[in-house]
Amino acid sequence: MSAASIIERLAAHLGLEEGSFESDAEAKDPWIRIRGDRLVAAAEFLKADPELDFDTLHCVSGVDWPGDDPPAIEVVYHLTSLTHKHWIVLKTRVPREGGSLPTLETVWKAANWHERETYDLFGVRFEGHSDHRRILLPADWPGHPLLRDWEWPETWHKIPVKPGRQMTERAEGGQMTGVGPFD
Amino acid sequence: MAEQRSPVDGAPLVTLYDEELPPDNSYAFSPEELEEDEMILNMGPQHPSTHGVLRVELKTDGEIVKDARPHIGYLHRNFEKHAENIDYQGVIPFTDRMDYVGSMGNSLAYALTVEKLLGIGVGERVAGIRVITAELQRIASHLLAMGTYGMDIGAFTPFLLCFQQRERILDLFEWLCGARLLYNYNWVGGVSHDLPEGWTGKCRRFLDEFVPVLDEVDKLLSHNKIFIRRTADIGIITPEMAKDYALSGPNLRGSGIDWDLRRDDPYLGYENYDFNVVVATSPHGPVGSCWDRYFVRVREMYESVKIVRQALDRLPAEGDVHENVPRFVRPLAGEAYCRSEAPRGELAFYIVAENKKPIPYRVKGRSPCFVAMGLFHEITRGEMIADIIAIIGSLDIVLGEIDR
Repeated sequence: MSAASIIERLAAHLGLEEGSFESDAEAKDPWIRIRGDRLVAAAEFLKADPELDFDTLHCVSGVDWPGDDPPAIEVVYHLTSLTHKHWIVLKTRVPREGGSLPTLETVWKAANWHERETYDLFGVRFEGHSDHRRILLPADWPGHPLLRDWEWPETWHKIPVKPGRQMTERAEGGQMTGVGPFD
Repeated sequence: MAEQRSPVDGAPLVTLYDEELPPDNSYAFSPEELEEDEMILNMGPQHPSTHGVLRVELKTDGEIVKDARPHIGYLHRNFEKHAENIDYQGVIPFTDRMDYVGSMGNSLAYALTVEKLLGIGVGERVAGIRVITAELQRIASHLLAMGTYGMDIGAFTPFLLCFQQRERILDLFEWLCGARLLYNYNWVGGVSHDLPEGWTGKCRRFLDEFVPVLDEVDKLLSHNKIFIRRTADIGIITPEMAKDYALSGPNLRGSGIDWDLRRDDPYLGYENYDFNVVVATSPHGPVGSCWDRYFVRVREMYESVKIVRQALDRLPAEGDVHENVPRFVRPLAGEAYCRSEAPRGELAFYIVAENKKPIPYRVKGRSPCFVAMGLFHEITRGEMIADIIAIIGSLDIVLGEIDR
C-alpha cells in the first residue's frame, strides 16, 4: 500500500478532516503527525487493520524542539509491516514541561524499552507504563541529557564528568574533525 | 585512631563517601516480596558469559529462574549527545564503537542514512566493496557468535577454530584500512581506502579455505548430541513474540519468519546477488529455540560466502572510491531513517538535519541488540540458571550496542 493511501486510511478511521493534521506522503520517510490523545487509537488501528497490518514497532525516538512555539518534544514512531512490506512514521508532540503520552506497550510490547529510553534521555512520561524506570543512566543522574539545554554537571558523586573541550565551535567554524580525504 | 565512617555495615574499607550514597534502585525485585525458598541472585556485570558488562537480576527458586531482569547501561556513553556536537563525518568513528565486533555494519548503516539525507548515491565499485566488507564482517561476527556460544555451553575446540578464521578476516581488514576492529571505513559517499593490490586474491583464497573449516566446525558443534540437548528446547521465541518485540536479523529468522532486508528492502544492489534467506527449520525441537537461532547464523555464513564470491567476480576494475565523497556535508532541513541488515539484525539510524548546518540536529541509533534484550525476561521465565547463559549467548548481544 502506498504511503498516501496509508495516511488517508488512518485519517479516515480517526475522523481527521483534510487540513486538520500534518502529513507528508512525499517525504523520504512518509509521516503523519497526530495528537497525543489519539495515539493509542491510531496505533491499535494500524496494527489491527488487515490491509495495514503494522506488526512491528521498529523504533521510538525523541527529538527536542525548544525553539518551537510552543516548545515541544517530538516522539517519533517508526512502524514496519513485515506482511505487506510497507513503512510509515507516526509523530506526535508533547509539551516540554510536564507533558506525557499514553504508553503503546499495550499495542506493541517492543515499546516498553524504547519508551523507557525516551523517558531516560528526554524526560517524557508515558502514562500506564508497566516499568517506568530509567534504563541507561543511573537513577540519580541530573536531568535528561538529550534535551538541547541540558548542561553537564561538573561532577557526579565526586567523579569529574564534564568534558574538557567542546568540539561544537570547531565544527560550527567548518573545520573538519579529521575524517575524510580532505583533512 | 579517629573513627572512620563506614556507610556499609561490615565493610570497613568503604570510607570513600562523605555524602549520602545514591538511592539504591538497582534492584527490580524487593526482598520483602519474595516467597518462601526464593532468592535474588545477581549474574554479572562481570560474568564471563554475559558477553560484556550486562547484569542480570534473577529471582530463583533453587535452580529454577522465576523471573529475570537485565540491567543495562554500564557502557553508556551517549554517542547521540556527542553526535549533536560533531560534523556528520565525525560521527562515523562513534558508530564504530557501538557494535565493536561488527563495526563495518555500523558505519555502513550510518553512511547510508546520511547519503539518503543528502540524496546522493555511490558508484558501482564502492557499492561492491561495501558489500564485500559487510559480508566479511557478518562472517567474522557470526564466527565470534558461534565460537563463544560453544564455549558458553562447554565446547572449547570450536571456539579456537572459529577465532582462527575470524583472525584471517581481521587481517584482511587490517590490510584494507589499517585497523583490526574499529575501521572508520565507510565514509559518507565512499569508503576510506580502495582495495590494495592483491587483496581480492587473498580474499578468494580465504573463502576457499574457510568453507571446509566451517563444515568441520558445523559437524563438530551443530549436530553434536550434547549441544542439541542443551539448546534445542530452551529460550523459545514464538513467531508472534518475535514480531511483537520487533526482533530482527538471525533472531527473527530463528523464529521462522522469512524476512531479510537485503532481499525485502534492498540497498547497495543486494537484489542483484543470488543468495537464500536462511530461516529456521527446527529439526530438533520447537521453532524459535536457542539452537534455531544459532543454526541460522551458521547457515548465513555460507550465504555470505556466496555473496562475497559474486561481488568479487563483478567488482568493476576501475573507479575512484572518493568520487562521491562530498567536500562538506550540509544537508537541507529534513530527516531520514535508514535500516540495514547488520550482523546482529536491523541496525537503523534516524537523523534530523537543520538547514545547511554542518552538524546533525539529532542522531538516533536503533540497536537490534537493545530490542532483543527487551524480551529477555519473557524467554527466561521457568528455565534453569545454567540455561540463562545459553539463552544470552543465543541472542548474540554486544553490550556496546545496547548501551551506546
